[in-house]
Amino acid sequence: MSLRVKNIILILCVLALAVFPLILQNGAEFGGADGQAEEAIAQIKPDYEPWFASIWQPPSGEIESLLFALQAAIGAGFIGYYFGYMKARKNA
Amino acid sequence: MLRKQYLFLFLFLTVFWFYPRKAYAMHIMEGFLPVGWCIFWALLSLPLIVAGLLSIQKTIKNHPETKMLLGLSGAFAFVLSALKIPSVTGSCSHPTGVGLGAVLFGPAAMSVLGCIVLIFQAVLLAHGGLSTLGANTFSMAVAGPLVAYGVFKACRRLGAPLGLSVFLAAMLGDLFTYVTTSLQLALAFPAEIGGFMAAFGKFMGIFAITQVPLAVSEGLLSVVVFNLLVVHNRRELQELAIIPGSISSEEVRLG
Repeated sequence: MSLRVKNIILILCVLALAVFPLILQNGAEFGGADGQAEEAIAQIKPDYEPWFASIWQPPSGEIESLLFALQAAIGAGFIGYYFGYMKARKNA
Repeated sequence: MLRKQYLFLFLFLTVFWFYPRKAYAMHIMEGFLPVGWCIFWALLSLPLIVAGLLSIQKTIKNHPETKMLLGLSGAFAFVLSALKIPSVTGSCSHPTGVGLGAVLFGPAAMSVLGCIVLIFQAVLLAHGGLSTLGANTFSMAVAGPLVAYGVFKACRRLGAPLGLSVFLAAMLGDLFTYVTTSLQLALAFPAEIGGFMAAFGKFMGIFAITQVPLAVSEGLLSVVVFNLLVVHNRRELQELAIIPGSISSEEVRLG
């Protein structure tokens, strides 16, 4: 099996791992907030008060997802540049 | 080897069929760790960051051509920790992406790169936090990479193929990050009944279980990048003594 085929299969597995929960847990919230840990802390120690707040919070969910997308884009951009560079170097 | 991976996936998915509970898995939230513990974990992480800076300096001096590969390791962690992926528990979490770099450059170097990612997320995304930066650095950038590196070395010594070694290293490193997070929270918030162990179990249910399928994903993606590196960057990998001077076709085959 060529490397390309192997890598495509691996990526398909990753996609399946991400899609499968959506089907399995149809109707679940898929919350990403750290709320459940907060709840657990509140249960264990009801009088605990967070002593420090975030210095800045994205004003909305849209802006937060913008920043997350930006983070991924910067990383993916570099990875793409890197492999392009290396491929060209190899062929040069 | 591929068949083995499928078996792995199948086993995990079967296990999680019976685990449909809600959980969130992320870093420790800003302000949610008592001051004493924040200082404790920060002091524990600090020397490792310094060791990491020295290690990076040394690697770049001895192998200047691996500089871009170091950038790639950082970029990989950047991408993966931005991807919030749904999990079988009905909630989302994100991988850490530090396992690959730990395999390539050792655990110390990743403590620096992981910390940079955490600062970015704490400052710009209100994800994790500055007060909990020490604790989160310890779990994601110290404990995780350390496990990944150890697993990789052990696998190689036992004669496991490269691909499988990378997969297990990245997967277990990712998983252990969140085991550490659970441990940190349980130490800070032991349950009234059952104490530390009860709290640990509770936080493990929240943090670690959601992470299992994501850890598998991280393992697979790390193998994909590693496969490409073996093709395009054999020289650098040989410099870093990841692969031997001449690599056999058996080794290139992924795990």
